[in-house]
Amino acid sequence: MASHHEAIIREPLVTGENITYAKVTDDILKPVENMPNKAWWIGFTVASLGALLWVFAVSWTFWYGIGSWGLNKTVGWAWDITGFVWWVGIGHAGTLISAILLLFRQNWRNSINRSAEAMTIFAVICAASYIVCHMGRPWMAVYSLPLPNQYGSLWVNFNSPLIWDVFAISTYFSVSLLFWYTGLLPDLATIRDRASGIRRRIYSIASFGWTGSVKSWQRFETVCLILAGVSTPLVLSVHTIVSMDFATSLEPGWHTTIFPPYFVAGAIFSGFAMVQTLLLVVRKVLGLENYITMFHIESMNKIILVTGSIVGVAYLTEFFIAYYSGGEYEQYTFLNRFIGPYWWAGCMMYGCNVLMTQLMWFKKIRTNIAVSWVLSIVVNIGMWFERFVIIVISLHRDFIPSSWAMFYPTWIDVSIFIGSIGLFFTMFLLFIRVLPSIAMAEVKLLLKTSSEQAKKKLLAAGNLEPEQAEFYKESLTKFDSVELSEYKK
Amino acid sequence: MGLFDDPDVLLHGIDELNKKSIPIYDVYTPMPIHGIDDKLGIKPSRLGFAAFMFGILGGTTIFSIVYYTLVHDWPMNIGGKPAFAVPDFIPATFEWTVLFTAFGMTITFFFATHLFPGRAPRVMELRATDDRFVIAIDAKGNVPHEDITNILREAGAVEIKHNDRKYVSYE
Repeated sequence: MASHHEAIIREPLVTGENITYAKVTDDILKPVENMPNKAWWIGFTVASLGALLWVFAVSWTFWYGIGSWGLNKTVGWAWDITGFVWWVGIGHAGTLISAILLLFRQNWRNSINRSAEAMTIFAVICAASYIVCHMGRPWMAVYSLPLPNQYGSLWVNFNSPLIWDVFAISTYFSVSLLFWYTGLLPDLATIRDRASGIRRRIYSIASFGWTGSVKSWQRFETVCLILAGVSTPLVLSVHTIVSMDFATSLEPGWHTTIFPPYFVAGAIFSGFAMVQTLLLVVRKVLGLENYITMFHIESMNKIILVTGSIVGVAYLTEFFIAYYSGGEYEQYTFLNRFIGPYWWAGCMMYGCNVLMTQLMWFKKIRTNIAVSWVLSIVVNIGMWFERFVIIVISLHRDFIPSSWAMFYPTWIDVSIFIGSIGLFFTMFLLFIRVLPSIAMAEVKLLLKTSSEQAKKKLLAAGNLEPEQAEFYKESLTKFDSVELSEYKK
Repeated sequence: MGLFDDPDVLLHGIDELNKKSIPIYDVYTPMPIHGIDDKLGIKPSRLGFAAFMFGILGGTTIFSIVYYTLVHDWPMNIGGKPAFAVPDFIPATFEWTVLFTAFGMTITFFFATHLFPGRAPRVMELRATDDRFVIAIDAKGNVPHEDITNILREAGAVEIKHNDRKYVSYE
């Protein structure tokens, strides 16, 4: 039922005065139905310059080959796979929010799932571009598919984690896209029914003729639930398989059984940090403070704290096992992270990921927007260095000291990385321009139970435990979108 | 058509119509409202069954491909290990199970609900995707129009519309 009462002690998920169903539509569609503001244009200009840099650097790589990167015989994977794992990891938060939180009936996901899923798709596009680039001869990518060929047929090796990766990433991308687009249909229909002329035609095609009849909603919900059900193990499998690219090798620093859970936790950790980075800006620029509230920000910070701590425990376990195993190569690899020539990268990894996130224990920090934003960037940097440390530090000094070498990125390496960030932001900015950045239909579901207004009605009606009412009012003080003066008695 | 601005009042309206045995053509809402499907006698979706079958199909398909390529057509000697290495086949099998489940079920959903790109939207009320909860009643056959209007009004409809054309979106 739409109007069961929710306990007063739960914080509101939608704040603001006079929020009606129509106002939800108006607020969320404002950036879609109007010309973008200055902030959008500045962001878009910068991001698209970055995307151009990406196009240039990737074309250069295709033309001259991966010899234009800083790789050598010892360090055969560096910024390419670092970037790949980083982007795939970032993508994981979107699926976590849209699928796992749906299964757990976490209603606060409703207003952040759309943009988080979009972020997933764009991040996976960036990740996949790295995979194609690092093949050197990108047209050879077809040989990663089990297709008949003139060599016998010589089939792909399904025993190899690299082939598992091809299957995992392609399935992950296409299923995420499907899940996201299916969820968009009702909202696209809303835009269609408000638009006219050519816009109406475009959104009409895009919305597949959605009308919102009872049967289609009922089936829609079944589809979403089952997609969430299959996406949940899928997202866990993706980073598990990515970690197996390393874990099934014999390289010290890679050959560890802890990698799958450790990588999945790290992926969710970095993904939530990226969601935080994006949404803190989006809510401000698009004026969506009433939908993405302090409760959402604090909840995401709590998840960052939890997953960051899991990652910290994984780091400690790695060190302990390196010591306890007695393997001298393994021990050297972990010492080398602190005393080797890349000590600064090791410090960035442990400092940003473990030490800095522990600040989130303090409520003042969790609910401070500026600090949260800076910390989310810190986490992103830390997680990039984690992959760099795992990949490059492990490779550059392993078994034979005569093969030891250093890795120095070329300007192409750097340009592809910076360019991929530009590409990501270009796609994201286009997304918030043409599609609703918040799932309108799902936010409307919350209006009668979890909004500030509904809670206000409960308060006005009385019949509440005084401590609970007090607790609720106390919890509102952290919100930046609530008019507190109304609650003073 | 009765237009409501609140999902609970809408449910009340459906109850009132059901009490008077007036058949409802369809109900259009901007968001999923639980409970309407029961009141209108719509059976639970069988998409879960479709999803399960597609999942089995996907798993079987990829497992057969892997078996044919690595065990039957060209078994490779990798350090003397068996060619039929089932644990190594699990990741690919799992991925295609998910892939077929997701796409098979969603395409079935689109097919069954007549959704496809370019389909002309059959919209009776443009605000039904915004902030109106609409009960549509076929005027043909339900002759006492005045009575139905009154029932809807008493149930709390904010607006009653009598559309001559079935779909406004064709204009």
